[in-house]
Amino acid sequence: MSIWIKHELCSGCGACVKVCPYAAVEIIDTKACINERCTECGVCLTSCKEKAILTDVTEKTVPDFSDRKGVWVFAEQRDGILNRVTFELLGIGQLLAKELNQELSAIVLGSKIDKLIDPLAEFGAENIYIAIHPSLNDYRTIAYTSVISKLVREYKPNILLIGATHTGRDLAPRLSRRLGVGLTADCTELSIDPEHGDLLQTRPAFGGNLMATIINRYSRPQMATVRPGVMQQIKGKSPNGPRKIIKSVSLSEKEIMTRILEVVKEERQKVNLNEAKVIITGGRGVGSLEGMKKLEALADLLGGEVGGTRVAVEEGWVTVERQIGQTGQTVRPDLYFACGISGAIQHRAGILGSKYIIAINKDPMAPIFQVADWGIVGDIHEVVPLLTEKLQQR
Amino acid sequence: METIVMIKQVPDTTEIRIDPSTGNLIREGIESIINPDDRHAIEAALQIKEKLGGSIIAICMGPSQAIDAISEALGFGVDRGILLTDKCFAGADTWATSFTLGRAVEKINNYDLIICGQQAIDGDTAQVGPQLAEYLHIPQITYVKGIKEITEKKIVAKRLVESGYEIIGCGLPALLTVVRELNKTRFPRFDWLIDACNKRAPIEIWNAADLGVKAYQVGLQGSFTNVISTYTPTFKRRGEILEGDSQRMVEDLLTRLEENHLV
Repeated sequence: MSIWIKHELCSGCGACVKVCPYAAVEIIDTKACINERCTECGVCLTSCKEKAILTDVTEKTVPDFSDRKGVWVFAEQRDGILNRVTFELLGIGQLLAKELNQELSAIVLGSKIDKLIDPLAEFGAENIYIAIHPSLNDYRTIAYTSVISKLVREYKPNILLIGATHTGRDLAPRLSRRLGVGLTADCTELSIDPEHGDLLQTRPAFGGNLMATIINRYSRPQMATVRPGVMQQIKGKSPNGPRKIIKSVSLSEKEIMTRILEVVKEERQKVNLNEAKVIITGGRGVGSLEGMKKLEALADLLGGEVGGTRVAVEEGWVTVERQIGQTGQTVRPDLYFACGISGAIQHRAGILGSKYIIAINKDPMAPIFQVADWGIVGDIHEVVPLLTEKLQQR
Repeated sequence: METIVMIKQVPDTTEIRIDPSTGNLIREGIESIINPDDRHAIEAALQIKEKLGGSIIAICMGPSQAIDAISEALGFGVDRGILLTDKCFAGADTWATSFTLGRAVEKINNYDLIICGQQAIDGDTAQVGPQLAEYLHIPQITYVKGIKEITEKKIVAKRLVESGYEIIGCGLPALLTVVRELNKTRFPRFDWLIDACNKRAPIEIWNAADLGVKAYQVGLQGSFTNVISTYTPTFKRRGEILEGDSQRMVEDLLTRLEENHLV
């Protein structure tokens, strides 16, 4: 594609020189000439009275993707254990595959993966692409990118879903750039556009203040990372058992470029508020570490976890990995207690997926009551211990 | 040590409100800030420079007012700033953004390390860093929460994962995306901030022609993904405020929890 000037028609008036934002048109010997700074933006086209500026730049068209078939799911494993988001991806993958009348496949990479095949099949994978190599034992960006990109180029899937975990959010963008395709991050809803069959990818933006639906019309596979804890797992064995496709892999340490020197487990990281059924969260009204203990007692009784707002974390009443809200974690428990929390938008955005929200706050005007199922206007230091006590009696 | 820091100017999302009648974001009057994670990227670059010498360039793609973000970066002690601004960069997805940033890095053509914030608070994608690393064919370490060792030739960093952290080593050049646990950011120096707003401040402005890119490769035209609709999330809640004294309210709450099989 390019833009050029038909010199027979050019009057040398210089109108195009003036409109060009890049100084890419010059008058040389009374004729306009386009230099190497041209970006083909097309601004000059309409400026020419003589219609001497021509272009073959065309509107962007959607390529024919009819040969792209199948929904693929990246099966994330660490130490031979599948991350639960894998089953959630297979769950939504089953629904999408059914809608498209295409097959659902899982890709699994590692050094020992025999035990992972059955669970993948049990949760709906009809085909399982397997790559085994010592270098694939632990996730490393370039090793995984290299193997998966080769599989995708060979088998041409239509959709590729990856969990929005630390691994997935490292892998997916690298892979998308290598494959030359678009990618949507951290989706919370996926469906198929009934008209064109494109994947509709919905995700929160602006800290959860806005939901955006995104499509990837111009490239395949349609890649998305999916927020853990959102999609439903669905059991569903394929009647013929899974078809296993084992791919041979050649990888060198030199091309992988990074080395894992050590893996350190940290107990504190185990707090996974994503999976908690009950969460009791404290805000400014908690007032002290002592105040937080009252919330912990209730959490213990209900088998739940405690969380904190940004203020509670900054005050040191709750540790940072328990922070809930836009800058902390997004949670969706069955039961969420907001205690002494006014309910800034950042906090509300992180809890909207909860099934039931209970707010306890002294201030009847606190915005948290707007998103609560049940509200108690009162002092948490009185109400929470009373609630704990009455629950114990039942 | 030549370090490039990628920064983004973002609306302070803690201040964002939704217009109740239209459901649109109200952007007027919202302060623009350097994306919080990117401040930690700047701090990391400053600490590395203090240790190994060299210089730091901050690159920001955005509208012309994003020059404020670069001026602020210079106030922290960044040596040079480059603003990538052009009408045709507008509406870029992460694919087009990583391409545009990649061309700017190629034009600079002299770097050992690129540092980005883990993610921006407006888009929350965390995609541009890894996509840029792939574009440049250099290794990446994401979710960096600690730098154990850095020399002119290699880096060893702690990468945050769900179950703890990994210690990852690689040769330079490399790209890091950093999380806020990595460091505590400093305050900008007032005199440097003033200097940064001076006409002769070391800030360059590059457009599409300066990068040698075509309009169809960048911005909305150069993007693979498109936003087709947006909406404000709403959740139906009962919104029942319980009444009476504390005893009464707690009893009523327990009754409701039991009715819904929640306890």
